[in-house]
Amino acid sequence: MTDRWRPPSTPSVAVRLDDVVRIEGGRILAVLAATTGDLQLAEDSVQDAAITALEVWPQTGVPTDPSAWLYVAARRKALDVLRRDSNRPRHEQRSTTLAGQLQRDPPPDSRIRDDVLRLIFTCCHPSLDLEHRVALALRTLCGLSTAEVARALLVSEATMAKRLVRTKQKIVRAAIPYGIPGDEELPGRIAAVCAVVHLVYTAGHHATGAEVVRTDLCDEGLRLVGLVDELLPGDAMVEALLALLLLTDARRPARLEADGSLVPLPEQDRSLWDRSKIDRGVALLNRSLARSGNVADPYQLQAAIAACHSTAESHASTDWPEIVRLYGILADVHPNPVVDLNAAIAIGEVDGGRCPRPARTSRSARTFAPVARRARRDAASDGRPAGGSGGVRGRRGCGADGAGTSPPRRSAAGMRRAR
Amino acid sequence: MPLYAAFTFTPDLDWTAPEQSATMAEYGRFGEDHGHQIRGGQVLFPSSTATVVRVKGGRGGDVVTSDGPYAETKEVLSGFYLLECADLDEAVKVASEIPATWDGAVEVRPVIPL
Repeated sequence: MTDRWRPPSTPSVAVRLDDVVRIEGGRILAVLAATTGDLQLAEDSVQDAAITALEVWPQTGVPTDPSAWLYVAARRKALDVLRRDSNRPRHEQRSTTLAGQLQRDPPPDSRIRDDVLRLIFTCCHPSLDLEHRVALALRTLCGLSTAEVARALLVSEATMAKRLVRTKQKIVRAAIPYGIPGDEELPGRIAAVCAVVHLVYTAGHHATGAEVVRTDLCDEGLRLVGLVDELLPGDAMVEALLALLLLTDARRPARLEADGSLVPLPEQDRSLWDRSKIDRGVALLNRSLARSGNVADPYQLQAAIAACHSTAESHASTDWPEIVRLYGILADVHPNPVVDLNAAIAIGEVDGGRCPRPARTSRSARTFAPVARRARRDAASDGRPAGGSGGVRGRRGCGADGAGTSPPRRSAAGMRRAR
Repeated sequence: MPLYAAFTFTPDLDWTAPEQSATMAEYGRFGEDHGHQIRGGQVLFPSSTATVVRVKGGRGGDVVTSDGPYAETKEVLSGFYLLECADLDEAVKVASEIPATWDGAVEVRPVIPL
């Protein structure tokens, strides 16, 4: 496959290159951005390299190591630009330093992984506007074109192009570092990353354009959270977010009618739900809860609610009191109107709505355990975790790997007991 | 190294008044802790001492002066520091120790290198 000649515009070349550029391009971009400190330069270089590849590969065949080839080409482009800029003294020094730093060969894998993580933290820096962070993440971390990002976030391409330029300018001008934050700042910075990834997914899950679900954005959200989880293994918040997205995404196949309209949760065909995603989600949620010492964050709570739905045999047999209880805690930890609405719907499902609404605790009671103690008697809230509008019918299927796959209620019980 | 201006926005107080001495001592402590990063800065008299200058019609036009800040706000510009830091994260860290952040805010802006 590697040395075979491919005629210029066959789809196979385009697809192959597209794959390589999407997967490797992001990594190469991260290395160049971290080395040069110039995201725009890195982006332009990777794009130029991709265009060159599309011209050259059809003649020469796809190289044995396409990503190394792309790296070398992108590096050359970057050096060209740096040398062209070197008429100013400051730049000359900079380009000489950079030329030395931009190794002839692609850097080792460990270095690439660190650079990707650096780029993630940079693109999701809290000093950037949240919407701009989302746009930048889609452009740089997901490798979408400016036009695709514009379409995804429902703004014109010109507006998006301007927004991306300004965001990248801020990174350069304010010297937002390409760095992995220290232990002290790390939790806050991880939260900023999670917020961006969550928004990417929800932009797809609750799309506002012509399509009610944007599969591409859902996939990007999942891919990003997977990447972050891989690079920051063992982080409770990242695991909870991954669990939430998996549990939500598991229902995607049942959410749409053939005509593209949404199927309410009670009417979804639960046999279409993706069991393996549900199992992974539940296992991850339990692991995350164990890690956080049973003090739940909003992602864990939302994931627990999603797990209640996903593991219920049917809409009727859903554990609504537990869902109401979880919404009650969520409303304390993360008050917002959507949570209130969902809580109200869930309360309606419990015992014909006779169940009392959970009282709010003070915001200071942010930890899960104290809130959880008042628990069971609180009733319920609605359950439209990420997406459906109601009920479910399905098999109980938690547990691919024994240990970590008990239904979340057990963890919730653990949380109640804690402290 | 990049240079940042850290503008302090605080309640509109007279920092020379004796009752501000405890707060000013906190600023003094901040100055000692971060002397190696501070490249300049000043504290301002209250906004009631301000004069706003505009030239109507651009260069050469009529000079129009008026008193005070533009609008009644709880927090006013009360001073600034020039901070030399490796990057924004360091600048934010230093800025977070400026006493103005306790009852007001600090705006960190990169300075154009000239």
